[in-house]
Amino acid sequence: MAGTFKFELVSPERILMSVDVDQVIVPGAEGQFTVLQSHAPVISTLLPGVIHVKSAEIKKSIFVRSGFAEVTADQLTILAERAFIVDEVDPRQLDEELELAQRALDTAETDDARLHVTRAIEQLKALIGEAA
Amino acid sequence: MASLKDLRNRINSVKATRKITKAMQMVAAAKLRRAQEAAIAARPYAERMDAVLSNLAKGVASPEGASPLLVGTGKDDTHLLVMMTAERGLCGGFNSNIAKLVRNDAKRLIKAGKTVKILAVGRKGADNLKRDLGKFITDRVSLVGIKKLGFDKAAEIADKVMSQFADGAFDVCTIYFSQFESVISQKPTALQLIPASLPDAASSGAAAADSVVYDYEPDENEILDYLLRRNISTQIFRGLLENAASEQGARMSAMDNATRNASDMIDNLTLIYNRQRQAQITKELIEIISGAEAL
Repeated sequence: MAGTFKFELVSPERILMSVDVDQVIVPGAEGQFTVLQSHAPVISTLLPGVIHVKSAEIKKSIFVRSGFAEVTADQLTILAERAFIVDEVDPRQLDEELELAQRALDTAETDDARLHVTRAIEQLKALIGEAA
Repeated sequence: MASLKDLRNRINSVKATRKITKAMQMVAAAKLRRAQEAAIAARPYAERMDAVLSNLAKGVASPEGASPLLVGTGKDDTHLLVMMTAERGLCGGFNSNIAKLVRNDAKRLIKAGKTVKILAVGRKGADNLKRDLGKFITDRVSLVGIKKLGFDKAAEIADKVMSQFADGAFDVCTIYFSQFESVISQKPTALQLIPASLPDAASSGAAAADSVVYDYEPDENEILDYLLRRNISTQIFRGLLENAASEQGARMSAMDNATRNASDMIDNLTLIYNRQRQAQITKELIEIISGAEAL
């Protein structure tokens, strides 16, 4: 098993999470990718979606609306404009987010955008199902 | 000369005022702590953003293809001044200092033949400029009833700015806010948003990360474009937070002064009151004694 690395989730308002983890799955702009220790340095924007964080002690899902990820060999920093740690927020907030996403779907102009939003909605629904 | 009763009323009313200013000072102190914490908590995000952004901007090869957010529209005919002030007064020179800075800049630009537009965030600054620069205020954003300043508000202002920029309504955008230095010192500051003024990578704290060569997904230009847009709202958010802390700091010291002044006034009035009371007693005694002697 690979070693741990530092994972930080930063919102404009504060640092939401700062833990040592084994593995993080990130919804990157060009497809999901998994970050393990000693990952090559990457800067990627994020699509609306779910980040899965895994370590020996914790396993968390985080929904992000948009943001970007900065990967270095021993650290992953995610700057997210809006992030919800699924176990910690009020489920109602997720519902609200879902509503917003659905509205975004109606106003989306390109097929690409529509695809992204649809995917985000699916993931949100799954999360809400999990939380319930 | 005021009668004893008048003096007593005066003293009581100043005492009541002192109670209010004292309470306001304590409320401001509590709010200041929270505002400061919020400003500090928001710092990591802005620092990261700055570091990555300046890193990327250095790599922009040719200015032609770069985003207008970074290099500007090539003109500087129309200026948008985003003035951030408070919704409430009673905080010393806080609002008027920002308004003064905006007024000076606006007048200088107008004299140079530029077009000026002002976006007023918060009521107090707009009120201050209404008389002479009122016709330049094109838009307002209200901060009424906001208990905790969230990123949403900054995003809302940024959206306004961005959509105007997309319409070509202005070439240069500057935000005005008060930099929080300490409780007794807040510095009105102008910060140019568009074209972006980037800090030096060396001074942004994350210099160590600069030596790493990153892969970019999608390509560099797209990320830079995304970040520049994010940067607008981040900077506005930072301005709002700094302003919130400054406002409370300014209010705290203003109310501290007011409380001290009220105390001085009470001391003075009490002295006069006691002197008059004694004079009256003496007068009454003289009247009684001279009355008795006359018998």
